[in-house]
Amino acid sequence: MFPFTLEQPSDIPAAIQLGEAPAAEYIAGGTDMVQLLVDDIRRPERLIALGGIVDNRIETAPDGSLRLGAGARMSDVADDPAVRASFPLIAETLLASASPQVRNMATVGGNLLQRTRCPYFRDPGFRRCNKRSPGTGCEAMEGVNRTHAVLGGSDHCIATHASDVAVALVALNASVHLRRRSSERVVRLEDFHRLPESTPHLETVLEPGELIVAIEVPPAGSFAQHSHYLKVRDRASFEFALVSAAVALNTEGDRIRSARIAMGGVGTKPWRMHAVEEALAGSALDSSAFRMASERSAGGAVSRGGNAFKLELMKRTLTRALEIAAGTA
Amino acid sequence: MPVHAIQVTLHVNGQQYSLPHLDSRTTLLDALREHLKLTGTKKGCGLGMCGACTVLADGRRIKSCLALAALYQDHDITTIEGLAQGNAAELHPLQTAFIEHDAFQCGYCTSGQIMSAVGLLREGHTRSLTEIREFMSGNLCRCGAYMNIAAAIAEVAGTPREPAGFP
Repeated sequence: MFPFTLEQPSDIPAAIQLGEAPAAEYIAGGTDMVQLLVDDIRRPERLIALGGIVDNRIETAPDGSLRLGAGARMSDVADDPAVRASFPLIAETLLASASPQVRNMATVGGNLLQRTRCPYFRDPGFRRCNKRSPGTGCEAMEGVNRTHAVLGGSDHCIATHASDVAVALVALNASVHLRRRSSERVVRLEDFHRLPESTPHLETVLEPGELIVAIEVPPAGSFAQHSHYLKVRDRASFEFALVSAAVALNTEGDRIRSARIAMGGVGTKPWRMHAVEEALAGSALDSSAFRMASERSAGGAVSRGGNAFKLELMKRTLTRALEIAAGTA
Repeated sequence: MPVHAIQVTLHVNGQQYSLPHLDSRTTLLDALREHLKLTGTKKGCGLGMCGACTVLADGRRIKSCLALAALYQDHDITTIEGLAQGNAAELHPLQTAFIEHDAFQCGYCTSGQIMSAVGLLREGHTRSLTEIREFMSGNLCRCGAYMNIAAAIAEVAGTPREPAGFP
C-alpha cells in the first residue's frame, strides 16, 4: 500500500474542500477502496474519510419517491421495510451482491463507484490496462475475456461495470444528487457512468472533489408488483454477474402497459434496454412475447471470443426474468 | 516513502487499547493481530473474499481486512476472544454447537465462521438451512465442512429441520 494521510473532516463541506486536492480520494465503506489500496491499484496521497458525516438516511416521500443517502449501508437499504414493500427490485439486487459482511460495510453511493472486476485491471502484474494506466493498451481484447462486456465497449476497454443495484436503479429511472463546493446538481443515473471510448479511466461524470450525496428514485407505483432481478453467475452466491436482468412490469389485465428493463454483466456500464421496453409495451404476458422482445437486448452487441456466449445468455436470462416477474414462469 | 503515523484508540471486547503511532494504512485485522496480539481473528486472503477475518463492529459482522483501523475507533469491536462469557469459562452457544457438530477440520476459517454466524443470528436470516447457507456465503471453508457448519448454526437458531435427503 502506498502511504497516505488519512483525513477525517467534521462535515461534508470540509470533506469536499479536502477532496478537491490532487491525489486525494474519498473513502466511505472502504470495501472496494481497501482492496485497490492493498493491490497498489489506487495510490492516493490523501484519503478523505466520509464515515459519520455522509448522509445515511433512507427516506420515502409522501409521493412515493425514495431517497437514499449516499452513505446508507447496503444491508440497511435491503432490510428497510419501505424499500422492501415499494422497491423490492432494489432490495433484491442488494441481497444478490457481495457477502453479508461486505453489505454491512459498503454504502450505496460507493457501490455505484466500485471499479470493474476485469482481472487485468485488478492485477498490476499486467502492465497494460487503459483504465489503470491510460494509454498502455488492453490485455482483454485478445486475452481471457469471458467475463467482459458485449455492449458499450471500445477498442480501448471492454470491462464491465460490476454493480447489481445500479442495474435496478437505472431501470427505475433513478438519479444521483452530486455536490461540489459551491453547487449541487442532479444527474440521471443512466447518464452518470461514461462509456469507455478513448478514456476508459474516466468512469463517471464526477468532477474533482465532487461527491454523490444521495440517490433518488421516483415512485415505482405498480411496477413494484411485477419485478424481478435474475443474476446468472459462476457460483450460486457471493459472485459477480456473468449476466443479470432487472425487470419491472406495469401491467393491466393480461397485457403489459409499460416495462422498465436494465441488464448487468453485459455492458461497460449498467445497461438500460430501451428497445426491449418498446417491444414489450402493449404486449401480452406470455413467454413467446418475452422471447421476441428479449431478442432485442443483444442488438448492437459485439463479442470478442471468450464472451460470445453472453449474446445468447443475455436473451435467455431476460426472457426468464420477465417470466418470473410476470408470474408465468 | 514517508509513513504517516496516527494516534488510534480501539475498543475491543470491552477493553480500550491505545495505539499512539499506528501507520495510517493499518487494517483493523492487522491492528488486532499484530498490535493487540489478538490472533484468534485469522488472515486468509486479505481481500475480503474468504471471511476468515470476520469480526463484529457494534454487533454487526464485517470483514476486518477491508476496514482501516483508524476508521473504526468509534465502534465496539468483538473478536472470537471476546465471545465466551466470564473469562472463557462459558462458551458461546455457537462455539459449543460447532464442537458438537464437528463443524471444522483444519480450523483456520472457524473463528470467522463463528463470528459471522453470531452476526447472522442477530440478523435473523435463519429461517431455513437454505437461507443459512446463502447468508453464510461470505465465509469459505477449504476443508468443506459446510454441512456441519450449517447444522451447528441451525441448531442454535432453532431452524426447522429440512426434509430427509437435503443435500
